[in-house]
Amino acid sequence: MNIEQFEVQIIASLVAVTCAIPGVFLVLRRMAMMSDAISHAILLGIVLAFFVVQDISSPILIIGAALSGVLTVSLVELLNKTGLVREDASIGLVFPLLFSIGVILIARYAWNIHLDVHAVLLGELAFAPFDRLIIGGHDFGPKSMYVMGSILALNLVFITLFYKELKVATFDAGLAAALGFYPGLIHYGLMGLVSVTAVGAFDAVGSILVVALMIAPPAASYLLTDKLSNMIIFSAVIGVISAVSGFWVAILLDANIAGSMATMSGVIFIFVFLLAPERGLIALARRRSRQRWEFAGRVLAIHLLNHEGTPEEDRESRIEHLEETLRWNERFARGVIGRSVKRGMILAHDGRLKLTDEGREFAGKSAADEYIN
Amino acid sequence: MRISDLRTAAAFHFSSTGARPVAGTSSGKPGPAESKVDVTEILYDLLFDYTLRTVALGSAVLGIVSGALGAYAVLRKQSLLGDAMSHAALPGIALAFLLTGSKMSIVLILGAAIAGWIATIFIMSIVNSTRVKYDSALGMVLSVFFGFGLVLLTIIQKRPDATQAGLDKFLFGQAAALLERDVITMGILGAVAITMVLIFWKEFKLLSFDPDFGATLGFPIRILDILLTTLIVVAIVLGLQTVGVVLMSAMIVAPAASARQWTDNLGIMIILSSFFGALAGISGAVLSASVPRLPTGPTIVLSVSAIVFVSFLTAPRRGLLWKWFRERKNRGRLRLEGILEDLYSLALSHENPEHAHSVSVLRLMSGGKGGVEKSLDILRERGLVRLVRPGEWALTKTGISEAEKMIELRKGETSEY
Repeated sequence: MNIEQFEVQIIASLVAVTCAIPGVFLVLRRMAMMSDAISHAILLGIVLAFFVVQDISSPILIIGAALSGVLTVSLVELLNKTGLVREDASIGLVFPLLFSIGVILIARYAWNIHLDVHAVLLGELAFAPFDRLIIGGHDFGPKSMYVMGSILALNLVFITLFYKELKVATFDAGLAAALGFYPGLIHYGLMGLVSVTAVGAFDAVGSILVVALMIAPPAASYLLTDKLSNMIIFSAVIGVISAVSGFWVAILLDANIAGSMATMSGVIFIFVFLLAPERGLIALARRRSRQRWEFAGRVLAIHLLNHEGTPEEDRESRIEHLEETLRWNERFARGVIGRSVKRGMILAHDGRLKLTDEGREFAGKSAADEYIN
Repeated sequence: MRISDLRTAAAFHFSSTGARPVAGTSSGKPGPAESKVDVTEILYDLLFDYTLRTVALGSAVLGIVSGALGAYAVLRKQSLLGDAMSHAALPGIALAFLLTGSKMSIVLILGAAIAGWIATIFIMSIVNSTRVKYDSALGMVLSVFFGFGLVLLTIIQKRPDATQAGLDKFLFGQAAALLERDVITMGILGAVAITMVLIFWKEFKLLSFDPDFGATLGFPIRILDILLTTLIVVAIVLGLQTVGVVLMSAMIVAPAASARQWTDNLGIMIILSSFFGALAGISGAVLSASVPRLPTGPTIVLSVSAIVFVSFLTAPRRGLLWKWFRERKNRGRLRLEGILEDLYSLALSHENPEHAHSVSVLRLMSGGKGGVEKSLDILRERGLVRLVRPGEWALTKTGISEAEKMIELRKGETSEY
């Protein structure tokens, strides 16, 4: 690993962590698509700011971009308030328009000036180490490391200062308003943060991949924990894993780094989606199957109890008979019987089933439960 | 080194920003100056200029198909599905090319449609089996698929045999590069999609408005859902070539959102939505052809946004202007009623219903807001109050009975709660 590769990984990890933090709140507040809208609309802000300062590397561009992000959010709110369309439609109306205006402005007025749309829209991580911060002849490393570092610091300060407010506003907007927390202010603060993060990050990884890094790691950690602070930490960790593994996949395939990072974040989500201890698909399937067996065991016990000591007992307790009355197929019936025998609920002898004392108690309790429910 | 793939991706994103042939230049004339737009020349070009005619026709077809299917997307709260699908199409296009080596539109469209479809299944299964909400699932699938597409594109570029020029053209969403046979492909696929909408009219209507009721009636709601979503994906994929990714999502949402304002009837909404889509497509194509360096895709989006703006403002009943007028009228009525009531309650306290009261008292009672004299004038014109002395007003007989009726009515209203 050479020094450039090391630096790229550092920058990628910084981008991933910086994106994951506001991303947690976007995912929880059901505003994930706002990140997509903002990351497109900031093009207009960058172009307008460029017209003012005529310098593609000016930090004013970041401010312009952040303002256009907030403009997007306000326009979406405005449309929502009219009640003419639903929220998703208002997002879908606003950002293509702002984006189109940006593209037209570039095409008409900036086409012969040095404003490389592609570079603005889709940064490239591999180039990041070549743009270095040099002060007084000293090389302090890549510039974007400092840009992302500052934005990360800004995010951390915001989250720490307003943690309680964010938490209450996210989980109970009504309570937040009642407590005088100004949910509107929190909303716009968060959206401003998303805008600034998107600008800083898309310079490195491109606007669409900003969205991947903002949403996929928080969505994955949402399946792993119920605690907000844990969710933020897990998201950051998953983000870093996506960034570093994405980098190496890109090296291996000789492909686009940011694209690989986004792909890896998706792959990690799929892993979590399948394997998460409580909410993963596999855990869900196992729980469902356990519940199915458990329920069948109860049904069997109640059935035997109902017929215990009656003239039909002999017929009803036959194994083959279960297939008819309970409509179980043979394999399932044997499975249920095997499990019940193992648990000491019933005894199987000569094709006849008999409840044990324990099974009788269990059946009685189960029947009572059923009755209550 | 990677500049070219960035360009591809960016272009895939925002369609034909690069220099495009301006209609008119192809016939040897310089593009018309932007200050004067010659209408007859545009009409002439629209009919006889190959490029403009093809672009306009293609945009119109796109507008009709995306307008019609977008109506369902908007009604079903899936407005942003278009955004997700158009991004998710990228790996499908790249894989279709990698596997077949073919750059034919139909192969790439098929790849795009399959990818869009898989993306939809991903979104549905995430939403159905986890607590991750629809918007997060949408955003994640959109960006992860796009990222994967970028990876595939860079791999394609490394292949020695493949210059993906044709692929580029498809991805760029260059309306200007549309060929007649592309338009024919779009037309056929679009016609199939719209025919399906007509065949399954009743079913799709149920699906959009009351799927649970549909299920109780025994309709195969899941299959219908998949069918409708597939048709929406087809509409989106058709548009990628013309307007590009971001702008395609506008073509799904905007015509439908506009049409929704004018009618409550699904049939009329779909016809209007298609019409708006076609109108935006043609006017965008014509505008971008008559003004130099005006890219087609974004211009179509501007056109369709103008339609949205006009619809939101002026559509009867739902439009904002109408709402504003109505509210103003209501406010005026409420103010008049308030003054009538104040006069009545003052009169009651004097045991003479026709006792006169000064304007300043009324002004005080109405919370110090202005316009009391003006309201009194209006009430006098209606014969409800009369001026007894300068600055002192009293209820007339009709005024008293009107006020009593009003108070009765309000009592009835409040007692309902």
